[in-house]
Amino acid sequence: MSSPKRNRVKANFMVVGCTILGAAAQMLIKRGTAQLGQLVDPALGSALVQVPQIAWKIASNVPLFGGLACYGFSTMLLVLALRYGELSVLYPIIALTYVWVSILSVTMLGESLNVFKILGLALIVLGVAVLGRKDSKAV
Amino acid sequence: MKTPLSSILLVLAASFVGSFGSVLLKAGADRLKRTLLGLLRNWQLPVGIAVYLVSFGMYTAAVRSGELTILYPMVSLGYLWTLLWSYLIFKEPLTRNKFIGIGMILLGVVVLNLGNR
Repeated sequence: MSSPKRNRVKANFMVVGCTILGAAAQMLIKRGTAQLGQLVDPALGSALVQVPQIAWKIASNVPLFGGLACYGFSTMLLVLALRYGELSVLYPIIALTYVWVSILSVTMLGESLNVFKILGLALIVLGVAVLGRKDSKAV
Repeated sequence: MKTPLSSILLVLAASFVGSFGSVLLKAGADRLKRTLLGLLRNWQLPVGIAVYLVSFGMYTAAVRSGELTILYPMVSLGYLWTLLWSYLIFKEPLTRNKFIGIGMILLGVVVLNLGNR
């Protein structure tokens, strides 16, 4: 197998990996912000005197930092992938994130599916598949 | 709920700004060296990430008023900007598959968001 083609395929799969990490990041950050809840407790007086408690609430929020770390790894993986492939092919593949987030929202958060969502997700997957194919003629 | 024009323009601007984030990441990736000095000299990567954060801030400000079903899909217009810059800056060919693929993704994002209404 010729090496440019192998690299191209490798880059495509690396960006798919980015989208999985990106979806995990979104779910974790959502959970993290829900866990934060109300940062300022009105019963304890002004926000200023509560700064240590607020700082601790944020610093001890594992899902929030886990989510940010996922975004960090996702960005690193994207940069590594961009070395091997075309930006105009690899960048739109990130739209697959919508697919993973929708699947996770349905399975983990109990959100409902409907015909629009299913059709939209199918179009995104097909669009990514067309993009990932060997280049057709230049227009 | 009606979507104010200012929110629409701000999201359009956010997608435009964000596309330069992807251009900078690509430029940084093309000259990536796995040495400490090489990484420190690679200003495109941190500036690219900063540009993304600015774009994200603009988007967050925009969606405070207006309908997400309208505003969220507009972020995907960034793929079209990126296609243009890829052609102009990195001389990547414009192919039929790219237009069809990106067109299907844009349509898919619009339809998906109709389902969130």
